[in-house]
Amino acid sequence: MDMELITNILFAMVRTATPLLLVALGELICEKSGVLNLGQEGMMLMGAVLGFIVTTLTGNVYVGVLVGVFGGMMMALLFGFSVQILNTNQVATGLALTIFGTGLSAFLGYSFVGQSIDGFHSINIPVLSSIPIIGKMLFTHDLLVYLSFALFGGIYWFVYKSRAGLKLKAVGENPHAAKALGLPVIQIRFMAIAFGGAMAGLAGVYLSLAYTPLWVENMTAGKGWIGLALVVFATWRPERILIGAWLFGLASILHLVIQGLGFEISPSLLAMLPYLVTIVVLVMLSRDPIKQKLFTPASLGKPFRAGD
Amino acid sequence: MRDTEPRLSLWNITKKYPGCIANKNVTLDVQPGEIHALLGENGAGKSTLMKIIYGVTHADSGSIIWEGHEVDIKLPTDARKLGIGMVFQHFSLFETLSVAENIALAMSDEEPLGITELSTKIIEVSTKYGMPLEPDRLVHTLSVGERQRLEIVRCLIQDVKLLILDEPTSVLTPQEVDKLFDVLRTLSAEGCSILFISHKLNEVKALCHKASVLRQGEMVGDTDVDTASVDTLASMMVGEQTKLEQEYEKVLGSETALSITKLNYFTSDPFGVNLKNISLEIRKGEILGIAGVAGNGQEELFSILSGEIQIQQKQALTINQQDIGALNPAQRREFGMSYVPPERNGRGAVEDFSLEENALLTNNIGNKFGKLNLKGIKQFANDIITTFNVKCHNSKTAASNLSGGNLQKFIIGREILQEPTVLIAAHPTWGVDFGSSKAIQESIIELRNNGAAVVVISEDLDELFQISDRMCALFHGRISPVKPATDVSIEEVGRWMAGVFDEQEAAA
Repeated sequence: MDMELITNILFAMVRTATPLLLVALGELICEKSGVLNLGQEGMMLMGAVLGFIVTTLTGNVYVGVLVGVFGGMMMALLFGFSVQILNTNQVATGLALTIFGTGLSAFLGYSFVGQSIDGFHSINIPVLSSIPIIGKMLFTHDLLVYLSFALFGGIYWFVYKSRAGLKLKAVGENPHAAKALGLPVIQIRFMAIAFGGAMAGLAGVYLSLAYTPLWVENMTAGKGWIGLALVVFATWRPERILIGAWLFGLASILHLVIQGLGFEISPSLLAMLPYLVTIVVLVMLSRDPIKQKLFTPASLGKPFRAGD
Repeated sequence: MRDTEPRLSLWNITKKYPGCIANKNVTLDVQPGEIHALLGENGAGKSTLMKIIYGVTHADSGSIIWEGHEVDIKLPTDARKLGIGMVFQHFSLFETLSVAENIALAMSDEEPLGITELSTKIIEVSTKYGMPLEPDRLVHTLSVGERQRLEIVRCLIQDVKLLILDEPTSVLTPQEVDKLFDVLRTLSAEGCSILFISHKLNEVKALCHKASVLRQGEMVGDTDVDTASVDTLASMMVGEQTKLEQEYEKVLGSETALSITKLNYFTSDPFGVNLKNISLEIRKGEILGIAGVAGNGQEELFSILSGEIQIQQKQALTINQQDIGALNPAQRREFGMSYVPPERNGRGAVEDFSLEENALLTNNIGNKFGKLNLKGIKQFANDIITTFNVKCHNSKTAASNLSGGNLQKFIIGREILQEPTVLIAAHPTWGVDFGSSKAIQESIIELRNNGAAVVVISEDLDELFQISDRMCALFHGRISPVKPATDVSIEEVGRWMAGVFDEQEAAA
């Protein structure tokens, strides 16, 4: 393989990984607070369709992004209201959210299928983009990819270095003890849920406005589920989510490259590759049971009622 | 200012929960530097009152006066700002965070999260009071005593003026209790007020200046501890002249019923405890008491005896010379084993099930071909209710509607009425009121007198000394020597609990 091919593969890897990175980082924050939201797919689709519709109508991608993110957040707050105030089951409510979002986005986007818009364009960052390999891989993307880098950095700092991150972990590990210390458990969980929704909305917007600027029904094609799995396999650590998302992106691109090079392997087998590689690598990374227990939010999925 | 002004005054505090009044017109004064005991049985309303002072819950009516001013404590953060600190009975710590991070969580938001500076302060404060702590250690690696130290240091680091301790000694060895009392006396001498919640009268007598007694949510009086006798305090607490401690006859058992031989167990749970070379023989007609501070292998030992954890060494457990190591809990019941697990809810009983259904859980009475013997079950449940005086509406009542003491009586009754030859009971009277404890202890003694072998695993030393015929202790998964309860002092058992024993002697 020549240098240019490798560079192109790495560039495509980062692009493919971006929606996964966004949705998984959002779910990471949500799960760190002890809430399991299985509605990622639904929230992403709502973000994608709203972003696309608004961009088509206004001609402004930035307004599209804002509305898409807002849409994802509203979906998440619906979930949050249901599980925290009405005390519904988190798993069932999350699944319902996915089904709801899939249906609603298909309905809203029906007349927009096949339309085309002027989506996000690549911006080459001066100087940095001329570094060999790395330059093209990291610094020749569109604005949303750069935003995802910034969000990764911000979330990394938030989780490991900030007081607010400490509070989030405390609520996720033991909400009763957190309440006894005076932390507003329900409020913190609402914020985490809303942030997760906004990130899922952004991931959806990226798909419909930057990755492939068009709207197709169910265009996320399971990326929300992969994001959810990434969080678990990355044992709730942001840096591992980045590794996992990139691995998945790389394997997704490689399977196309391998097919292109004309190897005689069944394409269906190759299509399994991304899933297999990501799971194997992340499972190998997280075999230490002590570390696993230390990073897993102990109250994940367990209801906490305001009066408890 | 005025020396006579109380640091904290409660005026007519009332708090109602659906179906019960937790506090009724409670009035209380705590002076600066005073160690004030709050006595009462389980369910008397002590914890509710403390939660109101600390802002975890709110009173329906009444007022709190802090240093002469009426205050509204909405949240624990408000309480901490005033200088009120609380050490919870079930610690409010986060296992996956470090000592310093746990303390940082209770600090004011206005300050930056300087873990390094905080660590220096933690070392400073903890050494000053003789409670050394390492700021970088993760909480799950700390012993129970160290966790309590952490909770106390978390309060002290914020210049506390009133420290509330909710049953702080229940998790400590007698030696650790002495150390804690020294710290509390130092604090009191420095002018810090202390509210000490307890139902252990000897400790109150040893430590406190004043005692207030709560009974069924009402303040029945307060007294100077120096002038009141333990019996007076007890009768204030219970409301009648009951004899404080029943003396039971100590006996020697006959032949061995249950034997544990060189049991080793390596746990895969990073927060668990490995068991090392445990050998014990429990005889027919005796009660063996196993003491120990929580988290020293009691949980693992109980689960291995009950069969919830399966072990590789099939011969390590025998009942009447028959190996039972490979059997599951139900098969072990066929050999006459019975268990009272440490958790009432979720392990001893299913909260949402009725008492009848809970009775069925361990007694497969007359059920044939998958058809339930409903009449038999109802009869059995009612037998338990009448024999053990379980206060409930009827046998269809859900377990969650029973008080802790009543549910525990029901669980113990369910096991004892099946006439086990071996009973394993963990914390049989934990969180159970005075009257029920006595009933439970008496029924265990009666079971022993009928020839059953009984193992009681408990953290309550007073209780163990009261009912055990022989005693030993668990420390870090190892077992101490076993001695007749009449030949061993409370200090010696305390040393065992702290790991001071000769293993050669223990293995012999």
